[in-house]
Amino acid sequence: MTNNLYMPYQMKVERITYEAPGVKTFMLRFVNEDDQNKFDFRAGQFGEYSVYGVGESTFCIASSPTRKGYIECTFRQTGKVTNALSDCEEGSIIGFRGPYGNTFPLDEWKGKSLLFIAGGIALPPMRCVIWNALDLRDNFKDITIIYGARSTKDLVYKHELQDWGSRPDVKLITTVDPGGESPDWKGEIGFVPTIVEKVAPSSKDTIAIVCGPPVMIKYTFPVLAKLGFSDENIFTTLENRMKCGFGKCGRCNVGKVYVCKDGPVFTLAQLNKLPDEY
Amino acid sequence: MDELIKRAKELLEAGTVKVVIGYENGSADKTRALFAIEPKDADKLIFDSRCVMNLATYITKAEVKGKGKMAITATLPVMRAIIQLASEFQVNDSNLLVLGITPESKMIEFKDLAEVEAFVHKYTIEIEAKYSEKLEKLDKMTPSERWSFWIEELSPCFKCYACRAACPMCYCHKCTVEFNQPQWIPVPSHDLGNLEWHMMRAIHLAGRCIDCDACYNACPLGIPLNLLTKRMLIDAKEHFGGYQPSIKADHLMSTYKPDDKDNFIM
Amino acid sequence: MKSDRRLVRKGSLEKLFEVLKGDNRQVYAPFSRNGRTSYRKIEKFSDIATDYIQTTQSSKEVSFPRTEKILDYSKNADGMSVKGIEPDQIPQIMLWGIRPCDAMGIGELSSIFNWDYKDEIYNNRLSKVTVLGFSCSKTDEYCFCTSVGGNPGNTEGSDILFTQLGGNGDYLAEILTEKGEKVIALSPELFEAAGDIEKEKFLADVPVKFSHKEIYGKLEKFFDSEEWVGQSLRCIGCGACAYVCPTCACFDIQDDSHGKLGSRVRCWDSCGFSLFTLHTSGHNPRNVQSARWRQRIMHKFSYMPERLSVYGCTGCGRCSRACPADMNILEHLTSIKEAAL
Repeated sequence: MTNNLYMPYQMKVERITYEAPGVKTFMLRFVNEDDQNKFDFRAGQFGEYSVYGVGESTFCIASSPTRKGYIECTFRQTGKVTNALSDCEEGSIIGFRGPYGNTFPLDEWKGKSLLFIAGGIALPPMRCVIWNALDLRDNFKDITIIYGARSTKDLVYKHELQDWGSRPDVKLITTVDPGGESPDWKGEIGFVPTIVEKVAPSSKDTIAIVCGPPVMIKYTFPVLAKLGFSDENIFTTLENRMKCGFGKCGRCNVGKVYVCKDGPVFTLAQLNKLPDEY
Repeated sequence: MDELIKRAKELLEAGTVKVVIGYENGSADKTRALFAIEPKDADKLIFDSRCVMNLATYITKAEVKGKGKMAITATLPVMRAIIQLASEFQVNDSNLLVLGITPESKMIEFKDLAEVEAFVHKYTIEIEAKYSEKLEKLDKMTPSERWSFWIEELSPCFKCYACRAACPMCYCHKCTVEFNQPQWIPVPSHDLGNLEWHMMRAIHLAGRCIDCDACYNACPLGIPLNLLTKRMLIDAKEHFGGYQPSIKADHLMSTYKPDDKDNFIM
Repeated sequence: MKSDRRLVRKGSLEKLFEVLKGDNRQVYAPFSRNGRTSYRKIEKFSDIATDYIQTTQSSKEVSFPRTEKILDYSKNADGMSVKGIEPDQIPQIMLWGIRPCDAMGIGELSSIFNWDYKDEIYNNRLSKVTVLGFSCSKTDEYCFCTSVGGNPGNTEGSDILFTQLGGNGDYLAEILTEKGEKVIALSPELFEAAGDIEKEKFLADVPVKFSHKEIYGKLEKFFDSEEWVGQSLRCIGCGACAYVCPTCACFDIQDDSHGKLGSRVRCWDSCGFSLFTLHTSGHNPRNVQSARWRQRIMHKFSYMPERLSVYGCTGCGRCSRACPADMNILEHLTSIKEAAL
């Protein structure tokens, strides 16, 4: 069948990076060159990754669309499929279908400052936007990244954090939860919302992008409001359970919204209109 | 059932219980569960031969249990289910009051579950003649005939899990069928997966099934699932001296004794 | 196209059935078993059930099977081979004897499978189905097609609609589409000229209980109502309602593996199941039955009309007939209509 929506691209696991306990990043290349040439995506989109015989799992594309020829994904080993993915080796073939969903409106953000706030395993959806913005660095004013994890070992993308930290055009603040620091830890100690309040980034001409566990998000939004961010200028992603990725299987339906089609990127203003079912 | 209505009202008015679970008239000629919360709700309570749904399935439902202490209109199968649930620590005297209905349709209010148990023990679980005949017929089949019989009966199953939802003993928040590491039972509905699901469910009910037929009555497709559980009852009788729900009894499937017969191993 | 009206003698139905069966075509028709009526492939005309108000299951399985392969894979020495399902593997189906509500449901189901992303697997199956609807001369208290835009003689969704002219009478055949004309062409002699026939006279009387537009309006402000909790207290959280529904489309995707070979399948799922929305983290956005019951109603009467411009209910009443806890959608919708805000 020419147009089977469920047919994945065959992807070769080219490189595996160990990020944190249970967290890995796969660099994936299209087995079929033709697929690669036709493939295009924008920051914020996601896909269905599959291990044949086990099933599919939903997560974002963690690499930037400005980096062509491959995609990357970062996942934590939690369920059946992520466990099977974790068992894959370099050279394994897995399935990928996508991209699905809406995107971060980087074009509209031209000329503005960007404030990224992420917690734990939620840095991957943001990493895509961060690299996208850094690759188009002249389009934006200040770029600030506040990233926190439970402990130093739970911080993902450690090399990239070093890279971002050493760039003069990026302000990076990393933090770990109290008790999660190692003896040589030089970053902040405290929960992400507290650190955001302490750092107090300016809301002037600034877009805030927030991704993290629900509790972090819940306490970060009021801090941002206090700093003067409007609901329209705060962006986040929803991560509802999904199966199809294109508005049919019914799982991610929240009110009139389908997270897979209308999201996963939402402004806080949009979230406020949704029933509390996400 | 004026007596039932009167007592339900008193219990609600006095605040002894927060909800009375009983039957009311439903669609067409059906009856349905009623949850009387205000005393006036109790006016709708009924009891007659159409009231066959096993209401004990509701006493483990979070939304019902969450209302506070419950009273329940309980026929013999419902009482049996309550006792089995009590033996599995799902219900106790502090959250349930039983308004029993005897096989002669008389109401008896029980002081506690021990009294319910004593009442239940007056009756043994007997398989109805119409089912004994069917089971005998199945026994006489060759294994391959029996295999075909079950494949044919179970193949229409679309795995709506109404059998599980209606069964008072299926109260797990996550059923074996939902555990996927490993995937014990295939999720999709197909002949083999359906057979595996119903076999697994029947085995989990061995020595626990109180023979109320709720699974069969709930099945939208009319699959005779209760033949499986009834067969288990016969086996329990043959190998373990019969089954009677008891608050403090050892459970047939989770008790090991050195002198257990091992003739079930094929 | 304007419908062409013909007369089919009662005695000719069997001949028509025999003609339809041949030549790489299968006839699916209502069949009774264990006291329930469902559609299945029928070989003998006499096996077709006739004594039913409505079949237990809808006919949606012809285009949306409960379990359906979406691809096959095999692992071999050279790596992985993955193949989709070819349209020519899908048989031609003559769907015999479906009620006008089910025929209307085909459009509603299709709107989900064609919302922006065209689901070719579904569309290919449906393209091979010819819908031979039969009007209703009988109804029961569960029917409410007239409240959701249908009626017992509705032609929408059928390729040919047959209406029996009285208890033991002949049939009026309304030929509604090209697919319907192809059926006539198979055996034109069975389709005689029809005189002036007043079809309405022979249809069941299904009273209007509410208007779906009225429910839509009410639901706009009803999300937080306590009514959902009261209505769903007796719901036991099974999937019977969704699985018998002609328009419920929720599904799961699973891999069915047999060693090195296997398939990825799409299989029915239901928003009524407690684990339907459960996140891997343990968080469940709809963690109580009232939220899940609300989702079922909101999806059909608020979200679908808003996003797809169709209602997700045909008034067939199956969910109420099948419900082991006697949830009754007509009663619940009526009480939503009447509830104070």
